Amino acid sequence: MKLPNKQSSMEEAIANIKDGDTVMLGGFGVPGTPFALIHALVRHGARDLTIIKNDANEPNMGVDHLLQSGLVARLITTHLGLNGHAIELMNSGMIKVEFNAQGILAERIRAGGAGLGGFLSDIGIGTELAQGKQVIEFGGKTQIIEPALRADVALLHAARADSFGNLAYVATAQNFNPLMAMAADCVIAEVETLLPLGRLAPDDIHTAGVFVDHVTELGALSEEYAVVQR
Amino acid sequence: MIARAAREIQPGMVVNLGIGLPTKVVNHLPADFPVCLHTENGLAGIGPTLPPEQADRNLIDAGGAYVSTIPGSAFFDSATSFALVRSGRLDLTMLGAFEVAANGDLANWKIPGKFSPGVGGGIELAQKARRVVVLTTHTDRAGNPKLKDHCRLPLTARGCVGRIFTDMAVIDVGPDGFHLVETAQGVSVAEIKEATDAVLTVPDTTLPSF
Repeated sequence: MKLPNKQSSMEEAIANIKDGDTVMLGGFGVPGTPFALIHALVRHGARDLTIIKNDANEPNMGVDHLLQSGLVARLITTHLGLNGHAIELMNSGMIKVEFNAQGILAERIRAGGAGLGGFLSDIGIGTELAQGKQVIEFGGKTQIIEPALRADVALLHAARADSFGNLAYVATAQNFNPLMAMAADCVIAEVETLLPLGRLAPDDIHTAGVFVDHVTELGALSEEYAVVQR
Repeated sequence: MIARAAREIQPGMVVNLGIGLPTKVVNHLPADFPVCLHTENGLAGIGPTLPPEQADRNLIDAGGAYVSTIPGSAFFDSATSFALVRSGRLDLTMLGAFEVAANGDLANWKIPGKFSPGVGGGIELAQKARRVVVLTTHTDRAGNPKLKDHCRLPLTARGCVGRIFTDMAVIDVGPDGFHLVETAQGVSVAEIKEATDAVLTVPDTTLPSF
């Protein structure tokens, strides 16, 4: 037996994204953000997107290219502090923004990827983040019902992969990537090094290839991946 | 004030230092001090901050600073990172503040109409760390007290703050409000009371200064 080959070009993979889709983007700041796939999505031009990402990167980086191209209708996120442009779009009503507590966003995605409908949490009780959310008395206290999150497509970045889509991340580039890898109908990973099958040891794999649909190898990394000079 | 706050960290603790003033606390810990520093984006065991020319592009803290690992550091995903926070593994967090109320309420994420970048991981840190201490200037830039009878701004979490370190004082939050614990050198109790917009209990004994 031999595991299937999921290598594809960036353009072929991105062609799966349609107008109105919900798209998850891995990354927390620069580490783990799939910058090349984001550029491919800008070129593809699908509109009216709901983007799910921890943050909106910084001006002229990553998510900001999607915002500048007017492709984003809604952003589900935790913090926009490093991107004043995203905050302007939110304040002027050009995009809708839904803020989640960071761990709640992660857990909603995890639940979506685990085939669950949601989970209970007391995070944000008594603050405005709980407003409008369904609550339930359970286990002797008031808890918020947090619905699971899934997406049509997830765009991920990994350091190493094989042709079956097994993924390995490095350092703090892991963040939301392994969670989103399980929570979308179509999962596309850009990888810095694509190894032949068997060269990624089974014990070293963070995301099993069964969750991944398309894997595409990056050439030389662009400046966006580099250390940010502030 | 930052050096004084650093003494709040006990050997063996798991600690998260919030963005801003709290991040600087680490500079006042001895190099061999036994502590595990956590950052929300997936690292337990933060090492020294690095200048850009030595930085690893994949290794940052939640504030975006380039950090390093130390022997024993571990990386994990964002769900695991907050499982650690919510389940009581975090002994201490040090956070900044716009306002702290006498009942321990904290507001540090939003000024309606002026500042609303999102809450990030702040709510979970404030609500779930075993001990929450605040590092802040005693007053804002306009000179208005940050320690108040009650918060006017949207809350981060209710009743969470145990102790406040400011440039003027160390103040504990008890069941009956603010208690003065220490004063900064050269600052009088009267000045601290004047800069605090709530009842401040002052013991009869002589207070230590820092």
